[in-house]
Amino acid sequence: MPARRPTRLAKWLISGPPLLYLLVFFAAPTLIMVLASFRSPGEFGGLAPLVDAAGKLDINVDSYVRFFTEPVFFQVFVKSAWYAALTTVICLLLAYPLASLIARSGKKHRDLLLLLVILPFWSNFLIRIYAWMIILGPNAALAKLVNRVLAAFGAQPVPLLFSSFAVLVCLVYVSLPFMVLPLYANLEKHDQALLDAAQDLGANAWQRFWRITFPLSLPGVYAGAALVFIPALGIFAIPDILGGPDDTLIGNLIKQQFLETRDWPFGSVLSIMLTLAALVLAGTAAWIGRRSAGDSRA
Amino acid sequence: MRRGSPWLWTAALVAYAFLYLPLLIVVVYSFNDSRLNAEWVGFTLDWYRKLFADGDMISAAGNSLVIGITASLASTVLGTMAGMAMHRYRLRVLPILILAPIAIPEILTGVSLLIFFVLLNFTLGLMSVALAHIAFCVGFVAIVVRARLAGMDESLTEAARDCGASPGRAFRYVTLPLIMPGVIAGALMAFTLSIDDFVITFFTAGAGTVTLPLQIYSMIKISVTPEVNAVSTLLMLLTLLLIIAAAKLSPSILRSNQET
Repeated sequence: MPARRPTRLAKWLISGPPLLYLLVFFAAPTLIMVLASFRSPGEFGGLAPLVDAAGKLDINVDSYVRFFTEPVFFQVFVKSAWYAALTTVICLLLAYPLASLIARSGKKHRDLLLLLVILPFWSNFLIRIYAWMIILGPNAALAKLVNRVLAAFGAQPVPLLFSSFAVLVCLVYVSLPFMVLPLYANLEKHDQALLDAAQDLGANAWQRFWRITFPLSLPGVYAGAALVFIPALGIFAIPDILGGPDDTLIGNLIKQQFLETRDWPFGSVLSIMLTLAALVLAGTAAWIGRRSAGDSRA
Repeated sequence: MRRGSPWLWTAALVAYAFLYLPLLIVVVYSFNDSRLNAEWVGFTLDWYRKLFADGDMISAAGNSLVIGITASLASTVLGTMAGMAMHRYRLRVLPILILAPIAIPEILTGVSLLIFFVLLNFTLGLMSVALAHIAFCVGFVAIVVRARLAGMDESLTEAARDCGASPGRAFRYVTLPLIMPGVIAGALMAFTLSIDDFVITFFTAGAGTVTLPLQIYSMIKISVTPEVNAVSTLLMLLTLLLIIAAAKLSPSILRSNQET
């Protein structure tokens, strides 16, 4: 048996370097951001000096007061949550048939079908946004078709690109794999005997789905919803590239504060609020998931 | 297959078309002899010729390569250590620090690192981007390596130790060769994540440093040009090859996405 001391040394030798790296380049920056949210913005961006000429310490809650008193910021949060919620629902509707098909297919096809869902996720994020710039562009076939139909009904032509529609379509597009995977992982484990029993007792296809498959799949639905909703809440590149003037979401607001207005304290407050929202949502999803998993076993 | 499957197949086919048609359009129009990405005119390789004559694009690709190699090497070493540590010991802090950067929206990592670098007077550039990329790649490597270790027979390393091998030798000659596919898969994954990253790079690159995704961003903000299609096609091809290689080495990559 090796002595006790060397194993403790070994533990620190292998866990020490990654721990140290992440403490410096993840934990410390996060902590600094929290501290920055209690400071004042500097005259030329960044932060004001910690101790000013009069010897007064620069610590205040002004940025938090601003966030909670000016309704426009709350409205942006609500709008982001609305976009994220719509994305989640549409992804669920698209992902459910796909995930059930993969779960029901043979072992050999299953890996390939799964790989086909994951591959687009690994292609560059900007390229996937750019693809929709092409598809929804004013000269592309889709816009011409839509506007011809609208013209037939005497309606004004609408731009597809630089609109909330474009933002939503692209959000669904980049989020879909995150809904399919957890749903598949859940559906794959379902016991076929339950469905056969229901069929023997006279349940039709819809009843079998709604009373058995769907309730059993709820943990997968919640996991997928969390994986889609949380990143969608913080997205900035999609509305930045595909959105119109009304499509400012939390991510765009944060980018503005750091790169354009250069008000770091307020940008930090927005980032902290986004983090809190993400944590609360992830916690709730985990809690509901665990509870519904408990219910379905009982 | 059971009943109801024609409906299921149709729905699934629509979903797959939705996933792949946009990417296919990008690729097809990169060979299109027209300035507008609107309709097919004829075949050309002009956009690729233009691409390789574009100095900004070449230097951006060079930057991406330097950052990608640095970030993947460093994060593979750190991530392998973290994966082994999490497999062997019951740790409390490390798993949280490993998963948190993967779980929270990317923009948060980006802006907090921006404040961090600027307050420390650290010049924004290749180095700050590489340091930031390492921070979010470590977790992905750690997850893949840990999955590999979980499927491994622990008694082999113990046997080596019983036969008198030092911990270093046991690692070098037994554990490392066994987890090597996981380590290489992790490295390929880290390289792909680094070369594709836009959001964190956007905040930590500063004004003078441009990577491939940043170059694509500034091009599509101005106009849609088939040159972007050409660079996108090449980048997708590269990513595709890397990920297929990584998935062959370590099928757990297909699962690791699930945890993000």
